[in-house]
Amino acid sequence: MVFPHRHLLGIKELSEPDILHLLDRADAAVQISRREDKKTATLRGRTQINLFFESSTRTQASFELAGKRLGADVMNMAVANSSVKKGETLIDTAMTLNAMRPDILIVRHGSAGAVALLAQKVECAVVNAGDGAHEHPTQALLDALTIRRNKGRLGRLIVAICGDVLHSRVARSNIILLNAMGARVRVVAPSTLLPAGIAQMGVEVFHRMEDGLRDADVVMMLRLQRERMEGAFVPSVREYFRHYGLDAAKLALARPDALVMHPGPMNRGVEIASDIADGPQSVIESQVEMGVAVRMAVMETLMAARDTDPVAEGTS
Amino acid sequence: MTRRLLTNARIIDPSQGMDETGAVLIIDGQIAAIGANAAATAPEGIDTEDLGGLIVVPGLVDTCVHIGEPGGEHRETIASASRAAARGGVTSLIMMPDTDPVIDDVSLVDFVQRAARDEAIVSVYPAAALTKGLRGEQMTEFGLLLDAGAVMLSNGRETVKDTLMMRRAMTYARDFGAVVACATQDSYLSSGGVMNEGLFASWLGLPGIPREAEIIALERDLRLAALTGARYHALKLSVPESAAAVRSSKAAGHAVTAGISINHLTLNETDIGEYRTFFRLSPPLRSEDDRRAMAAAVADGTIDVISSSHDPQDVDTKRLPFADAANGAIGLETLLAAALRLYHSGDVPLARLIEALSCRPAEIFGLPGGTLKVGAAADLAIIDPDYPWMLSKDDIVSRSKNSAFEDARFSGKVLQTLVAGASVYRADEGLPGR
Repeated sequence: MVFPHRHLLGIKELSEPDILHLLDRADAAVQISRREDKKTATLRGRTQINLFFESSTRTQASFELAGKRLGADVMNMAVANSSVKKGETLIDTAMTLNAMRPDILIVRHGSAGAVALLAQKVECAVVNAGDGAHEHPTQALLDALTIRRNKGRLGRLIVAICGDVLHSRVARSNIILLNAMGARVRVVAPSTLLPAGIAQMGVEVFHRMEDGLRDADVVMMLRLQRERMEGAFVPSVREYFRHYGLDAAKLALARPDALVMHPGPMNRGVEIASDIADGPQSVIESQVEMGVAVRMAVMETLMAARDTDPVAEGTS
Repeated sequence: MTRRLLTNARIIDPSQGMDETGAVLIIDGQIAAIGANAAATAPEGIDTEDLGGLIVVPGLVDTCVHIGEPGGEHRETIASASRAAARGGVTSLIMMPDTDPVIDDVSLVDFVQRAARDEAIVSVYPAAALTKGLRGEQMTEFGLLLDAGAVMLSNGRETVKDTLMMRRAMTYARDFGAVVACATQDSYLSSGGVMNEGLFASWLGLPGIPREAEIIALERDLRLAALTGARYHALKLSVPESAAAVRSSKAAGHAVTAGISINHLTLNETDIGEYRTFFRLSPPLRSEDDRRAMAAAVADGTIDVISSSHDPQDVDTKRLPFADAANGAIGLETLLAAALRLYHSGDVPLARLIEALSCRPAEIFGLPGGTLKVGAAADLAIIDPDYPWMLSKDDIVSRSKNSAFEDARFSGKVLQTLVAGASVYRADEGLPGR
């Protein structure tokens, strides 16, 4: 198939066949990463720039490794403490980078919509590595890949997304993707951590883990930012853990073979008990491995789409 | 002095309940005769223009205009705003005090008046800050500011947080008969929000501003208006619960009035689409149900005034991610054309529209204008209510181009604007040179 997109800005713009294509490619990429010689020539000669306006160790490393395994030249721009802090606008940064003629830009930014705005101003492919509370498409794809490889399918599975949905781009991308693939999505959180209109977002809403986890096939925990733990959204860490932290007793309500997932980095003892995070049902480490594969698949697919149809790439 | 006769016009002047075909006789910049029989009183040989059935209305009076002068002249000057106003049929405007420095001192009122007199082609009246620096902590010199020519006391974009401060300011303003005109948004409840709270904001991942942020702040101010007896004007409302609160306060006999921006009568939150920052406004654009309910509240007179809420912003404050951009859209040039959408849709009768755009604001703030009665200054707009056109960015005369109506289609256009009888804008000639 010809992948019909020039950027990956969100799951929202992807159709079911697009998603399946990326997951299939990612399955193949997993094999590459498990070889002794992990280097391919797929993106040889291509330049990849990782532009992270919000600092991130894991996602940036994952994209860097994915690019290197595809043979691209990878450069990391730590924008969080550079000219952007000195008042240069996002657009100016985009135009500056564009002039350096990269082939692919990986962008994370703290504001929703910022990556799409930047994509309008550059000629290369842009991958959204997280924009505010909007979308984090590669995370949703790697979650889907992890689930599919463990359960054999996505359709009709009950997936409970638990925790800070309000501030979570991971939750939004996952809700869209899982719905597109025919899964049944639940969210479980105190109402202070749910966005307005959540019941109309294609999910069943629960406020008690005891209700929301019942018969779940997948339990997806979200990270709670430290600044939200101490009174602004929930009263305290210990209260949050007691009611919304995933421990053995709560997990027992889910199906016995339920997967436990977390996008990382985890707060052990806040949203998830340590023994669960390291337990037999946890696929958290597998998610990290799938992350590299999904990012390889995304970059390779975008480059191939542009090579097939270079006209859409831009005028110059 | 200007002497001219406009014949064959449909004259709509709600200030005298007039909707008839006739003539407008202007002598020495004033209306000398108006109506079906006015042409007969014209002197021999007077400069006559046959309007061929076009509509003549009193020039619009815009009560909420932000201008960048002083301090942000790259966004808008008093002169450039006045030229934008002339294109929109606006002959008088009230300039908000949130400039840099803030208009909280007599010398700044003087500055605005001098610039208005020397450089503006329409009448520009300053609003004075209600509190020093708009900080909401200390009253300004109401008496001196009003004597100097301020026509409104306003805290600009900011709602005074301190309820006791607001009470004292309103109590003191009452003695001067001044209108305290305020934006109403609870700063705690709206904290961090950038658009209407709801499903649409949730999908965009943007923090929302609940409607209650407006309702709570408005209800507080209406209570204070009742307590103090002050004249109070809510500058820009956006939800029907606010209109209901104003309605009951009026019914209780308090001296309160209310306004709404044209944006909130013609656009809704879905216009934001994929993070279009020109639609980032304060208050935020609400739902389509809210928009329609507010149009009904304008039609029944609960909402007295329609303003442009003109707020020029340059690329440095708008070409940013949505959450990082400034609020505001320009609106002077499109005020009348956009308002005519409500007439064409049948939501608001034409006479009521003109009343809300011209007569009522002049009446509330005690400005000349807003009427074509004999003896009044001949401030008027000549409009074709059906003229089809599209707003192109290149045609915008404001220094800033942040229009929420870029590339929008309109039916109805201002063809000519007169201030004191003299044409300050003719669609077929453009603006007078500068």
